[in-house]
Amino acid sequence: MSVRALIVAAGGANYGSLREACRRVGVDAELSDDPARVAAATHVILPGVGAAAQAMEALRTRSLDRALRELRRPLLGVCLGMQLLYEHSAEGDVEGLGLLRGRVRRLPAAPRWPHMGWNTLAPRVADHPLLRGIGRDDWFYFVHGYAADEGETTLAAAAHGAPFAAVVARGHVHGAQFHPEKSAAAGRRLLTNFFAL
Amino acid sequence: MLARRLIPCLDVADGAVVKGVRFRDHRVVGDVIELARRYAADGADELVFYDITASPERRRVGVAWVERVARELDIPFCVAGGIRSVADAEAVLAAGADKVSINSPALARPALVDELAARFGSQCVVVGIDVDAQADDHGTWRVVADSGKPEQASDSGRDLLAWVREVDARGAGEIVLNAIRNDGVRSGYAHMLLDAVRAATDLPLVASGGAGAVEHFGEVFERCGVDAALAASVFHAGEIRIGDLKRYLAARGIVVRP
Repeated sequence: MSVRALIVAAGGANYGSLREACRRVGVDAELSDDPARVAAATHVILPGVGAAAQAMEALRTRSLDRALRELRRPLLGVCLGMQLLYEHSAEGDVEGLGLLRGRVRRLPAAPRWPHMGWNTLAPRVADHPLLRGIGRDDWFYFVHGYAADEGETTLAAAAHGAPFAAVVARGHVHGAQFHPEKSAAAGRRLLTNFFAL
Repeated sequence: MLARRLIPCLDVADGAVVKGVRFRDHRVVGDVIELARRYAADGADELVFYDITASPERRRVGVAWVERVARELDIPFCVAGGIRSVADAEAVLAAGADKVSINSPALARPALVDELAARFGSQCVVVGIDVDAQADDHGTWRVVADSGKPEQASDSGRDLLAWVREVDARGAGEIVLNAIRNDGVRSGYAHMLLDAVRAATDLPLVASGGAGAVEHFGEVFERCGVDAALAASVFHAGEIRIGDLKRYLAARGIVVRP
């Protein structure tokens, strides 16, 4: 089946970079906030720039929260988009989509806050297709102040003071706390892997 | 482990990259897209585009060039200059910038920092701070406003460290400290200023102004605990290649993204 990718564009900014990044790996992604379009896509990316409470509100007012919960095709939450996959975020004390078990909290013990810059991953599972060809020597660009703790869904952790979940997966639901669209070659690799799911 | 970042700063005027000494005497050094592409390929961790014509002349940052840069780059970039409101920032971020940097408009109206942080998140909000300090001025540093145009530059009346703590409390996500006296002079970063700011905040701190040799980068990372070092002329002139600089820093034991 050919890829019909969609980037959920609900009231934030900076979808252009993500769309360009998809184009660089040969995927022409549609930008949409229409739940019906989300349901029809083969691969859905949930980006997020901003604060969790406003982002959830933007999803709810467009009924996108329901569309995302009902999705059975590969979903990738990026940065704040990954945080929204969880049950709750301490940023604005807001309920998330609940697709992943756990809570997002302010990065504990961070020597600098927010966590901003290039960091490496510590893979926690072997051979997940989302991390194919990605190892400890690959660098990814992070910009965030909140994160989920490591758990059973963690494919790779990163550390900034304390370790946190950097790449997660449970069934068709995936998340990356970094920005693949800003992570040069390593980011292209992750997007390529996602679209191959 | 988080890598220390190297950030070429491209001063943009009418779509061209320019560089002056101590903010004066600007001359064209290259095309925006061409330089952006070159720096990304060379291993730059991030780029800052400072629209030097936007801020003093009260003109909004045009977003067409920001869109072109966003299409070219797969590393993060920040746009500075001319951002005075949430609407200004929204235009630049929607065009593909990852962060906006504000300086004089924040001095004129500090609540702008709160508004941007509430709307876009602290991670999008960089506050640039210009200081014109003598080495023996210790403890009495004042923030300079409107330094983009020397004839309009003025003492903001604000104490440097008090301003750093204030923008931190208001929700800034990063501070770029630019030592005007060191800018373009290439005699090294302003260690004393950076040490003082480092002690005043846990925010990511970017050193700006004074880089002239690879040793200056090594020194500022080792001595001042800065998270990133920004430079312009040494990179634009090709005197220091980012790749070479990273190999030098790595050999010195500083964590960088190869």
